[in-house]
Amino acid sequence: MTIKHHISDSLLMAYSAGQLPEAFNLVVATHLSMCDECRVALGAFDAVGGALVEGADEAAVSDKALDATLAMIASLKPVPDKRARGAGIFPEPLANYVGGDLSAVKWRNLGRGVRQAILPTAKGASVRLLHIPAGQAMPDHGHRGMELTLVLQGAFSDGVGRYNRGDVDSETEATQHKPVAEAGLPCICLAATDAPLRFTALIPRMLQPLFKI
Amino acid sequence: MNVQNEVDWAAHLILVRDRQDKAAFAALFRHFAPRIKAFLMKSGANAALAEECAQDVMATLWQKSHLFDPARASVATWVFTIARNRRIDALRKSRRPEPEDLPWGPEAEPDQAEAMEMQQETDRLGAALAQLPSKQRALIERAYYGDLTHSEIAAETGLPLGTIKSRIRLALERLRHHMS
Repeated sequence: MTIKHHISDSLLMAYSAGQLPEAFNLVVATHLSMCDECRVALGAFDAVGGALVEGADEAAVSDKALDATLAMIASLKPVPDKRARGAGIFPEPLANYVGGDLSAVKWRNLGRGVRQAILPTAKGASVRLLHIPAGQAMPDHGHRGMELTLVLQGAFSDGVGRYNRGDVDSETEATQHKPVAEAGLPCICLAATDAPLRFTALIPRMLQPLFKI
Repeated sequence: MNVQNEVDWAAHLILVRDRQDKAAFAALFRHFAPRIKAFLMKSGANAALAEECAQDVMATLWQKSHLFDPARASVATWVFTIARNRRIDALRKSRRPEPEDLPWGPEAEPDQAEAMEMQQETDRLGAALAQLPSKQRALIERAYYGDLTHSEIAAETGLPLGTIKSRIRLALERLRHHMS
């Protein structure tokens, strides 16, 4: 797999520092599950956190803390050795949210063959799976905040770039684009946004409250 | 910042993992628990909560010691990731899914030299952070103590993101090629 579009350094640092909303955490974790290059970069940002812990001032802990911790350890259950793997085209973190593979997704039709499924996450941002038939265009839209789209199957292009499985498209307030799914398999994406999208045409704008895009 | 680190913490953690060695754990505890507590207090926890969470983090360190790979992260980095997750649970009440555990590490025990290299690389990174201009260092600390949102990190041109990445990346890349 050749991934061309990666997670930005600022997003990786924010993920490492634990500063992203849950919806973005899910997209980043899913991409990291497919991308060695970004895992290496994340290792570097985690090491910054390690250096900060190592160099931190010491705050005295009570004399009883060590014994209390040993007592806690004695009561803990062992952690299993291997974690579950992904399911089909879904890497493990996404499979956990969906509760299975592609067949477990509860789609909702948006018209013209486009389907979406909003995944439950904490407030502050939302994340959804999108199913776009091959050759179909998404409505032309701009962004009020940040939109992070990860391709899981098929491919799309938006006039600026081509995105295949594993690629991440990062859009901001400044950008306007009209993604079109390429020929072949339907394009399935995981997309997180921290603000509603801004559609150019009237009809999608009217439908927006209904579809919660 | 204290950047001198002569103790082989990975060896201590491996003693905990393989022999449930309480003396090795006590040494790890004396070194890391006060640092974790300080880290959590800088992230906004009060002293009582920070101490409680520091104990949880040290207990998790023991409980998950079999998952620790000294060639991929120093003990300090591993401690940081556990403390960060504990902070998210305690203060933010939001979920942070982890990536799938990809099979890019060897099944065999990583050799001692690789483990030492990773720890030294983290120490060098610590030294490099300590030498940054104070404004840059303060920004990095604010990001990791939870004071900067992603948009603030992205907008902040003073953060040496590329430099950080390229420093430790070299060690990790060497390792990855060594494994594949």
